[in-house]
Amino acid sequence: MSKMTLKTEGDTNVVVTRHFAAPPEALYRAHTEPKLIQKWMLGPEGWTMPVCISDARPGGKIRYEWTDGKGGGFHLTGEYLQLEPYGRIVHVERMHLPNPTPDNHVETRFDADGAGTLMTMRMTLPDAQTRAAMLASGMERGMEASYVRLEGMI
Amino acid sequence: MLRNLDAAFSALADPTRRAILARLAQGEATVMELTQPFEITQPAISQHLKVLEDAGLIVRRVEGTKRPRRLAKAGIDAMDQWLAMLRKTHQKNYDRLDEVLAAIEPKKGKAAR
Repeated sequence: MSKMTLKTEGDTNVVVTRHFAAPPEALYRAHTEPKLIQKWMLGPEGWTMPVCISDARPGGKIRYEWTDGKGGGFHLTGEYLQLEPYGRIVHVERMHLPNPTPDNHVETRFDADGAGTLMTMRMTLPDAQTRAAMLASGMERGMEASYVRLEGMI
Repeated sequence: MLRNLDAAFSALADPTRRAILARLAQGEATVMELTQPFEITQPAISQHLKVLEDAGLIVRRVEGTKRPRRLAKAGIDAMDQWLAMLRKTHQKNYDRLDEVLAAIEPKKGKAAR
C-alpha cells in the first residue's frame, strides 16, 4: 500500500502528501513537540536524534541533530514563521553538511480527511538549481546508510 | 550515478526542456519537429537537446542527414529510482509516525474516542 506521494511541482517546489489515521491535532503535536519528533523523524534504521529543539512560536528556533551512533551525523537548523494550531505550520530550514544548504521554505498543512488527516508538505527552494541539487544529492551524506539498504529494494 | 542525477535534475529545471521531454515521451522526433511547437530558434532547441543529451536523458540516432532524438530509458529510470528512494525514506519516517500518533492521547477536556 502506498499512501504517500512525493513529486515535484513547477520549477522550485517539492510536494509530499500522506494520509494518517489520526486527527490533525495529533499530527500537529507530532510535528512540533520535541519528545514526539524524536520518535519518528529519524530517516534510516539505526539513526537517532539526540538533540531536538523546537520552539513552536513565530520566530522560534528549530534545531535537530542526528547521529548514526558510529560517529556519523549532521544537523538541521531553522525558524518557525507561522503556526496555526492544528492546521498549518510554516517554517524555514537548512541542513548543515557541514556547510549550510540554501533555505528550504516549508509549509505543512493538516486537513481533516474522513476519520483521519491529510498532510500536505510543500517545500519551496530558492531556485530550480537548488531543488535539483537537493533532489539529486542534498540528502546523500546523512542518508548514506539508507542508500545501501534501499538499493537492494528498488 | 550521483553526478548524472545532478545533471538530470538540473536539465529538468527548465520548462522548454520539460516540454521537449514530454514530446519525446510520445515517440522519436527530429530537431525540426521538436522546434515547430516553440517560438524559439533551432539553434536554441539544439542547445537544449545538448543539455538533455549530456544529462543522459535523451539519445540520438543517425538516419541519413537526420539525427532523430528519443528518450534514454536508462536516464529516465535512474531519476525514477532516485525519487523512489526519497519516497521510501519519507515513508519510513511516516510509518513510525503512525505508531507515534496511535500512542498520543487526546488532550484533557476532549471526549475520549
